[in-house]
Amino acid sequence: MMSDRNDNFAPLGNCRSIRLAEIPELPFDRFADAIVSRTAAGQRVCAFFASAGKASGSTRLQVVIANDDEDSLAVGCCSVSGPAFESITPACPQVHLFEREIAEQYGLKPVGHPWLKPLRYQRSWTDRDAWDRDRGAAILPGVGDFFRVEGDEVHEVAVGPVHAGVIEPGHFRFQCHGEKVFHLEIALGYQHRGIEEALAGGPDRRSIHYAETVAGDTTAGHATTYCQVVEALSGYRTTVHSHIVRGIALELERMANHVGDLGALSGDVGYLPTASFCGRIRGDFLNMTALLCGNRFGRGLMVPGGIGFELDAPRAGELLARVETAEREVAQAVNLLWDDQSVMARFEDTGPLPLETARELGVVGVAARASGLERDVRYNHPTGIYRYVQIPVSTYDTGDVFARAYIRWLEIQQSVTFIKERLRSLTPPSPAPGIGPLPPDSLAVSLNEGWRGEICHVAMTGPGGSFSRYKIVDPSFHNWYALAVAMRDQEISDFPLCNKSFNLSYCGHDL
Amino acid sequence: MFKSIIARAKQGHRTMRYPAGAPPALSDRFRGRPTIEGAKCVQGCLACAQACPTVAITDRVAITDRGAIQGRGAIQGRGAGRHEVDLGKCLFCTDCARACPQGAISHSPDWRLSVSRRGDFMVGMEGGSAASGTSPESDALRLAAALPKEMMRLFGRSLKLRQVSAGGCNACEADVNVLGTIGWDLGRFGIQMVASPRHADGLLVTGPVTRNMELALMKTWDAVASPKIVIVVGSCAISGGPFIGHDEACGGVGDMLPVCLYVPGCPPHPLTILDGLLRLLGRIKSAS
Repeated sequence: MMSDRNDNFAPLGNCRSIRLAEIPELPFDRFADAIVSRTAAGQRVCAFFASAGKASGSTRLQVVIANDDEDSLAVGCCSVSGPAFESITPACPQVHLFEREIAEQYGLKPVGHPWLKPLRYQRSWTDRDAWDRDRGAAILPGVGDFFRVEGDEVHEVAVGPVHAGVIEPGHFRFQCHGEKVFHLEIALGYQHRGIEEALAGGPDRRSIHYAETVAGDTTAGHATTYCQVVEALSGYRTTVHSHIVRGIALELERMANHVGDLGALSGDVGYLPTASFCGRIRGDFLNMTALLCGNRFGRGLMVPGGIGFELDAPRAGELLARVETAEREVAQAVNLLWDDQSVMARFEDTGPLPLETARELGVVGVAARASGLERDVRYNHPTGIYRYVQIPVSTYDTGDVFARAYIRWLEIQQSVTFIKERLRSLTPPSPAPGIGPLPPDSLAVSLNEGWRGEICHVAMTGPGGSFSRYKIVDPSFHNWYALAVAMRDQEISDFPLCNKSFNLSYCGHDL
Repeated sequence: MFKSIIARAKQGHRTMRYPAGAPPALSDRFRGRPTIEGAKCVQGCLACAQACPTVAITDRVAITDRGAIQGRGAIQGRGAGRHEVDLGKCLFCTDCARACPQGAISHSPDWRLSVSRRGDFMVGMEGGSAASGTSPESDALRLAAALPKEMMRLFGRSLKLRQVSAGGCNACEADVNVLGTIGWDLGRFGIQMVASPRHADGLLVTGPVTRNMELALMKTWDAVASPKIVIVVGSCAISGGPFIGHDEACGGVGDMLPVCLYVPGCPPHPLTILDGLLRLLGRIKSAS
């Protein structure tokens, strides 16, 4: 453990900035050893990404590590000069997708990576290509090797990209023995819109809108995280009123999605009362966000430096009344689930994710807490209003569909309590000065607990103060592989149920 | 079981009466079409156009100065800057209103925004509500028309749609999904989202059509039996939305598919989507 203190990673608080020069550039071996030893000690990787290095042709690798036990963050970096580096994945599984991303974006090959495939089927940002493809050759999404199980009685089921429901596209490939799933491989990238590339060079008039549409169902989460990273860079102090409104919007977003998920889970096991009730009540929560800012998803509510719409007392009163009504209706609709044997028989022991697996994969959010990991940015690395008001962390230990459903119900109740308290003692708005320019050659990290889990934005500025690199890590990025693992030895007919119990974002992953 | 019966009784009947009755109440902060109070606007300012994230706002005077649209020269006589907005690009955000030094821009509370032709989205910003009789005729939004007679005979009472998300951020998708909940009950109009293109009469497309979804979208289209229709929902699918100009996306459906209904918004309110669908099926008639 002492090595943590001596590995030359720079400590950094959540929503704090640091000059790039203050982050020591380590030789690759020491950089990799630090990641491996820290994650072996229970720390986890929030972000691991590449950016253009100082010398031409070199690449800078940057990592953000969270120590949830001590509630601290650390950033480390190294420089790679060639077209390859030694993969860290064999010793630290949670970086496997990060390394595939680095390979795809920068053409930098992680040698020894156990399953080096494209991640989003996009072109390299440099003139290198990790798979030595021709520059002009078409890159077809989902085309390439898939893990296969051979045998007379083994069959393969391929689903997507276009699915049967009104949902986003992705490709799932199952290796099955009868109904039993041996392995599931998930290929994404269909939603890739080039958001990270477009954010570089900002902030500009589109930046906040990119943040709002990284994952549209997490508009409040990503937009708040974006605003906070900009505020951290410029050393801006947001007013208490803005912090409170942001917190209320984040919790409304959590409740809307959790209620919607509980309804959808109920529908997936054919229990229609809760499915119908929750489908409607979800809309009530979206309308509460619209009460705040006119848009059901919170578009326009977050602006760097504060909020776009103030919450006055009559509006707060109206919101409080609506929250109290919804609280009663949700309780009635959701509690039907836990009393119904046919529902519980489908939820319990389905899609289990063991605690150790969740830890090794670096799982975050509802899925992590359902497997027993006490992991919640609002508790471990609080920012904004959560620095003043602590929301208890809800955990369970079975890691199955039931646990992921039940965590949602516990969190809905915590969010209701939080919002009611904030509305009853609302701090009125105070004048907010405009936000200043960003400092040159700096880095800031902003973490928030979105409804799916940890949202991480890392912004680096160049000599002129504009973004030289903007990294977004949606919670889904950490969790998609966990869904694949949870499906092992399950019945393929339970896939919709397992999938919904994670309810991960395609566009948040694809960016 | 008794608990579920009691819950059913307490939750009550929740399907709205609209369109027979009043539409559901919208937030007082709901943002429809951006409009300019002409008297306040200062000619040549263009702060709103410069703030617009998707360059949806253009100045008509600037266009006439280039000689492109001579016929509109007459509106120069109105003095103040004449702005035109492309509602197909508009994100219905607050950036233009915030940027206007005169505070002349506000958003109309009118949710009725769907049109039949892409070009119909180009409207003057002094227009205000489509329903208000005060706006200049050139500024009125020509709302969507019903399907032609033969198509109406086929789809008027039963329209099955396959939804394809082609780079959508899950906001448009969510508010399309909402129409299927008991509050909106899309099924009562004979409209249903179906699981397979083989069962569908057309597509409902969301998202800017990412390059990685282009092929899948076209294959899904090919799998729908003719005659068939296309509905696009959201500014992404109409124009590319926030992703206009990105190499990774096609800038919306564009000319790839024959679109018969455009529903703008980022995302559109469910009421806006429903209004568009009902106009398409002739259930709501445009005011003459």
